[in-house]
Amino acid sequence: MRSVVIGGGVIGTLIARQLSRFEGEVILIEKREDLGQGITKANSAIIHGGYDDPPASLRGKLCVRGNELYDGLARELKVPVNRIGSIVVAKNEEELKKLQELLLNGQANGVRDLRIVGREELQMLEPAISSAFNYALYCGSAGITEPWMVAIAASINAARNGAEIITGDGVVGGRIEKNSIKCLSLASGREIENVDIVINAAGLFYEKVARLFNVEVPPVKLRRGEYILLDKKARDLVRRIVFPLPSAAGKGRLVVPTIDGGVLLGPTSEELQDFTPQELKTTVEGLDSVRRSGRELIPGIDSPQWYIKSFAGIRPESSGKDFYIKAAREINNFVTVGAIRSPGLTAAPAIAEHVVLELLPSIGVSLKEKRDFDPFIEERIRIKELPFETVSSLIENDHRYGRIICQCNEVSEAEIVQSIRDGARTVDGVKFRTRAGFGRCQGGFCSWKIASILSRELGKDLSEIRQNVPESWITDGKVREQC
Amino acid sequence: MLKREKTDVLVIGGGAAGMACALSAAKEGVYVTLLERESSVGGVLNQCIHNGFGLQFYHQELTGPEFASRLIDEMNMENVKIINQSYVRDIDVRKRVAQVLSPDGAYEIQAGALVISTGARERPFGSLLIPGDRPSGIMPAGVAQRYVNLENRIPARKAVVLGSGDIGLIMARRLTLEGVEVVGVLERMSYPGGLTRNIVQCLEDFDIPLHLSTTVTEVRGEGRLRSVEVSKVDENFTPIPGTSRNIDVDALILSAGLLPQVEDFSDDLEVDPVNRGFLVSNTCESSVEGVFAAGNNVAVFDLVDYVAAEGWIAGRHAALFSRGVNTSGDRVPIFRGKNIGVLVPGIVDMEEHLRLYIRLRKPMEKGVVVLRELKIEKKFSYGVPSEMIQLVVNRDKLQPLMNHGRLTVEVQ
Repeated sequence: MRSVVIGGGVIGTLIARQLSRFEGEVILIEKREDLGQGITKANSAIIHGGYDDPPASLRGKLCVRGNELYDGLARELKVPVNRIGSIVVAKNEEELKKLQELLLNGQANGVRDLRIVGREELQMLEPAISSAFNYALYCGSAGITEPWMVAIAASINAARNGAEIITGDGVVGGRIEKNSIKCLSLASGREIENVDIVINAAGLFYEKVARLFNVEVPPVKLRRGEYILLDKKARDLVRRIVFPLPSAAGKGRLVVPTIDGGVLLGPTSEELQDFTPQELKTTVEGLDSVRRSGRELIPGIDSPQWYIKSFAGIRPESSGKDFYIKAAREINNFVTVGAIRSPGLTAAPAIAEHVVLELLPSIGVSLKEKRDFDPFIEERIRIKELPFETVSSLIENDHRYGRIICQCNEVSEAEIVQSIRDGARTVDGVKFRTRAGFGRCQGGFCSWKIASILSRELGKDLSEIRQNVPESWITDGKVREQC
Repeated sequence: MLKREKTDVLVIGGGAAGMACALSAAKEGVYVTLLERESSVGGVLNQCIHNGFGLQFYHQELTGPEFASRLIDEMNMENVKIINQSYVRDIDVRKRVAQVLSPDGAYEIQAGALVISTGARERPFGSLLIPGDRPSGIMPAGVAQRYVNLENRIPARKAVVLGSGDIGLIMARRLTLEGVEVVGVLERMSYPGGLTRNIVQCLEDFDIPLHLSTTVTEVRGEGRLRSVEVSKVDENFTPIPGTSRNIDVDALILSAGLLPQVEDFSDDLEVDPVNRGFLVSNTCESSVEGVFAAGNNVAVFDLVDYVAAEGWIAGRHAALFSRGVNTSGDRVPIFRGKNIGVLVPGIVDMEEHLRLYIRLRKPMEKGVVVLRELKIEKKFSYGVPSEMIQLVVNRDKLQPLMNHGRLTVEVQ
């Protein structure tokens, strides 16, 4: 059996990994140069508790299950998971009622470690929280992760179990015979023949991919969220994920510690009128509102000396507001996993499980487990997380562990070379895998070093090295030919 | 094997301040270890291939690399151990023990005295919260300078410079000389941020326009930068509606200021909120005994000569401290009066001459610097924040401060 997954975000890669447990061939196609660089890259990076999704929805079901599955991902894929807990804050008795509704909802969803706390405990949980808040819904099972590493690690593990991972190439069409897709055509001209099952996990483009095969799916709507990333110093003011009360517009603008020690403010939630997935821009109004909300939750957090960068992410949704995970009626072997809005990252491992273990058998796909499936990947070394003596012996064996390229986040040359072996082809590819360039100097001291290492390891001229996409050149030719 | 070493003076950072410091400490006869993160010492001087350095420190006009190599040559004649490509992983400033990584191995270094000379970094684009896309082609001027002068690479074809700090002005000229079209330099303030001589020599001589009270209000481009939107701003730096226009460029070169690199130590050492650098005395000692700081991590200086001179003083005091010689005397704090921005030092030690470095808050036609309790005045004309005013008071004249318990510096 040959299965093809379209899209290399958290959803596509975890589905590909889930498929690689079974006999048959798995091919994953990602049109960008790297995995996890779409929706997966720019979100709040939260493993949600799952107390605010309607119990009857797929979201409600898969969020709580996904949350549980992250412990396994952490063990098997060495993905960083830190269950720091979350709080939703409320000011008065009226708002407290909303917390109680959330509590009941969470209990119906089976959320673990969920309770309402009063001012005294809130103060202990989050000492810098605004004095305006008197109650909070505490969820101890909520946490944070590094979303793109989920996608990258899942793809490494899928590849280890036989899957083929294609990047920088997209599906542009295909051939349908007897109501089944038989062949997929890629932008590069490559044809994938004898296809048995196609899974559309194309993120913002799920509707576009479905239309390639005349499959009807709920129309996609795009929602943009703007964020501000703050310096590690801001972490003194925040310990947990801090949510305002949710509203009709969503979970609101939060204050979130990041896995590498910084703090994220945001997101806004702006519905885009047209299908403009490239509109990843920030706005004056958006950034102002993110800052204002941050200040309201934690006074002092909006401190200009802590600004590191602002960015925007786009997430897809359908008018039904739920995930859309269905086999096509028009075609026998096409499954769409679309409209994966929040809490998509949390639900992702459960979505993969649901698609492969429940949905595929329901359309007649029979799966036979491999005897030699290996769920683990080898842990990549981060010297920052190792004791001094251990780093010292690493340097003895490989001096590149002693050459620190990114000084802000303590990333060595050896780690950068490893990330290139793991598939990084661009400066961002290295950055997202190693955290080099993510710190407070934003690559001011290391971006050119990373570009040089890429050039050396890939055997390419420096002018061929890109920041991310093919158009994102960094340097263009030499100053002098001879010097 | 983990190398455990002892040194008299451990200097962190081998730029102008660190090199001068290591040299002067070594000349006091102590053993010095200098940690440098790049593959050779020199710091940003190595890529500043233009001239204009050294007039005060060496009484001779030099390029950046010439200035650096003179210090290196002198250091080579003294007892200085340099560890290149090194990184301070952890440090206990009170015990003066540093854990250091380098390709040669890991070191644990116990020092008699510490000098922190970590310099400054460029303010990154991200921290400005300028709206728009996030394409490549937006870079601090120092990164552009690194590419052109040391990596032999052209990082732009058509560029605009945001911020008229010295390095932005220098790079406007440098890129022009290498065939890059520089469409202009934008400055959100109503006066330039860099030295007057650089406005003349880098912009006017090359017909590069300087747009004051103007800033970038949006950046656009998927992949590479395609255009920037620029707008006029009012005195609060708020864009004025109706003044925006687009400029097609593939590079935005940032000269938006330098930030003293203090964060790795600021949990232990006091930082001056205006200078944003370590609070030091005129012996260059920080708020922790035996820990000294000098150079751009104390405040952003306008001349490398000042940085080297301060490093020199820090080195001498660190060396004496490491030998157990108490060189510090009575101390009084220095307070900012009217019109004073950056002010170094923050504390006067009676045993050392007082070298004051002052930046005005705003340009002034003329004025007088007043050291209130010392009854010392110095007149100036055409003072601008970009050019520091330096004042030296001999230590013999500092005694009146003991009665007042403070020194107030103001400009009238």
